[in-house]
Amino acid sequence: MTIGNLMMTQLEHHHVLTALVENHPGVLARMAGLFARRGYNIESLTVSVTEDPAISRMTIVVAGDSMVLEQITKQLNKLIEVIRVVDYAELPSVLRELALIKVNAEPRDRSEIMQIVEIFRGRIIDMGERTFIIEVTGGSEKLDKIRELLNPYGIKEMVRTGIIAMARGPRTA
Amino acid sequence: MKMSGAHVVLECLRQEGVKHIFGFPGGVLLPFYDALYDCQDIEHILVRHEQGAAHMADGYARATGKVGVCLATSGPGATNLVTGITNAYMDSIPMVAITGQVRTAVIGKDAFQEADITGITMPITKHNYLVKNPEDLARVISEAFHIARTGRPGPVLIDIPFDVNKQVIEWDPSTYPKKVDIPSYRPNIRGHEMQIRKAAQVIAEAERPVLYVGGGAISANAQKEVTELAERCNILVTTTLLGKGAIDETNRLSIGMLGMHGTAYANHAVNNCDLLIAVGARFDDRVTGKVDKFAPDAKVIHIDIDPAEIGKVRFADVPIVGDVKLVLKELLKHVQPRPWSEWNDQIMEWKKLFPLIYPKDGKLYVEYIIDQVGEATNWNLIMATDVGQHQMWAAQYFKCRKPHHWISSGGLGTMGFGLPAAIGAKVACPDSTVVCISGDGSFQMCTQELMTASVYELPVITVICNNHSLGMVRQWQDLFYKQRFSQTSLEASPDFVKLAEAYGCVGIRVEKPEEVRPALEAALKVRKKPVVIECIIPTEENVYPMIPAGESVSEMKQRTDLEELKASLNTDSEAWSFSEEDKVLSEYVEEAESVQTP
Ligand SMILES: Cc1ncc(C[n+]2csc(CCOP(=O)(O)OP(=O)(O)O)c2C)c(N)n1
Ligand SMILES: [Mg+2]
Repeated sequence: MTIGNLMMTQLEHHHVLTALVENHPGVLARMAGLFARRGYNIESLTVSVTEDPAISRMTIVVAGDSMVLEQITKQLNKLIEVIRVVDYAELPSVLRELALIKVNAEPRDRSEIMQIVEIFRGRIIDMGERTFIIEVTGGSEKLDKIRELLNPYGIKEMVRTGIIAMARGPRTA
Repeated sequence: MKMSGAHVVLECLRQEGVKHIFGFPGGVLLPFYDALYDCQDIEHILVRHEQGAAHMADGYARATGKVGVCLATSGPGATNLVTGITNAYMDSIPMVAITGQVRTAVIGKDAFQEADITGITMPITKHNYLVKNPEDLARVISEAFHIARTGRPGPVLIDIPFDVNKQVIEWDPSTYPKKVDIPSYRPNIRGHEMQIRKAAQVIAEAERPVLYVGGGAISANAQKEVTELAERCNILVTTTLLGKGAIDETNRLSIGMLGMHGTAYANHAVNNCDLLIAVGARFDDRVTGKVDKFAPDAKVIHIDIDPAEIGKVRFADVPIVGDVKLVLKELLKHVQPRPWSEWNDQIMEWKKLFPLIYPKDGKLYVEYIIDQVGEATNWNLIMATDVGQHQMWAAQYFKCRKPHHWISSGGLGTMGFGLPAAIGAKVACPDSTVVCISGDGSFQMCTQELMTASVYELPVITVICNNHSLGMVRQWQDLFYKQRFSQTSLEASPDFVKLAEAYGCVGIRVEKPEEVRPALEAALKVRKKPVVIECIIPTEENVYPMIPAGESVSEMKQRTDLEELKASLNTDSEAWSFSEEDKVLSEYVEEAESVQTP
């Protein structure tokens, strides 16, 4: 299981699922165990509370064809604490991810880097002697792109939250 | 009312209608066993190993359809349940396993006899709970029973720390939930009306339909509906290992078990059918062999309570999610009678060509033993088995007439299951004859439970088919590993007769075919003791037919003497012994002979 290394090129075979689950201890272990045991490939998994504190929301990016996806959905639904599973492939939706990137920032490169950050509507949230921490949100493709552009300066560290999703319009998960 | 957590647990179990618990005590269960000391309504069966407790609860559940309950202490007690819980999980058996846990204050600190049993059993239970607050006990227990017995049944584990059992709380037993509703768990039991109509239409249009019935039909108690559908439409029925009893196997529409060691005719029927009606079955690899060559020309109607089974292995043209019994009842409103077909004649022809058959040559064969067990009991008995060749012979030759009369470990194939499962069945059904067909290998995996049966005066009969070998593994070595019999000889075994006697049981040894029946008759007369009949059988026999793992019907191996045996069946039926089914067969053969073909 790898978390947060979603590559643009892999995206075609990926699905974004959201599972609403009872906010009980052990739910995450159950989900993770299910994925490991049945050999499903998770690209990213995020968990957080929702508008209802009794319910958590997991957003899962998984690889696989439609047969695999159907099995994953059904197996998730079999877990007693899973309330509902939604496949965002079927809905108009917004997908977002946040990345923090620590990049080398030598004085001569700083203005260039700041320009890149601006174009991607990111922010510099920490400025050290020789490094910046850049915060940027967006779809996975955008994050892949900025990483690519910052690469020549030397990325020292990167962390991504994994995707979260929400349906457009009045529909809720 | 003021009561301890342990008293709450017992009261909840009582309200769930639990009459028996199979268990074994330990430190953290002291408050529970103390409460049990005064309990009148629930009988505790003290086992000799916790694995036995889990298998007994499993056998109890299989014999009745009710939830079986087992109990073990923390740490090693709990981990000893693991095989038994997995076994129940793989075969979808309703079970509640209760384990003691160390005090809540020390959980996670590697306390003495601490094991993370909820973590360990996550993948082998339908659901599990760690109860950290005695106030939650009643809700958790009601949910556990509800989850275990509804939808696709399965084991549920409840882990109860010492202090939760010990603490005294204020609780009113009349508040125990009569009905449970878990919003995130509401199994769909009614099949989709449109799909059911579609199924009826597909059945009407099919030329070569076959019913393929699994354990789901047993859990749903759908024997009546399966039989009615088969009879109304004249569709022959093959069952899986766990589906045995879903139709009376002496019914002429029954063609026995399919799969790796299934009957050749059932496998040919499935292989050539144009419609496969899968009822509470899951297309297990021991059934399908190579999946893309399994029933290659068939449309599939798949009826199952578990949506995840549909499309898991094989695409379903008509998927129906629902309780098998309710769905079949609905379906029966729409299906029209169909006459006996040429297709059925074709299957009967295969039955004639490839019968289940074995020689009567003075040697003692398991096939014969099963026949004798059946005849001695009028085929009215609960048969439990262990795992191996003897299990497959029993599955082939036991004409199971009723649901819950066949108790065998399918999905997990657990050696050691047979004896404790038989004990559980006998506790549940004291008036039924219970016979366990075991092997010399399997029997030694839970032998200690003979003591349990002995103490509780349970007259279960165990037939050990002693081939001095781990026969099933030996068979694969014989066929696929150049007869290199690595570590499969059990030349050295205990004297099973003396062993039985040491446990206070009756022991009988049988070496010749003619001794089998008298031994069984004697065993059936024993009222208050378990009986062990050791049958000495040849080592070299293999189970046929056999479709090697991952292969298709075209690779099916038959016994090499099949033609000779069939020939003698025709000329001198006295010289050969054959199962009940083949008696019908011999009549069929005569009939077929008298019809002149152009
Ligand atoms: C607990 C367990 N260990 C190992 C196996 C693998 N196994 C399957 S059948 C078999 C041989 C069983 O021997 P026996 O009980 O004597 O039956 P037989 O095949 O000789 O009739 C073995 C070792 C198993 N199924 N279960
Ligand atoms: Mg053996």
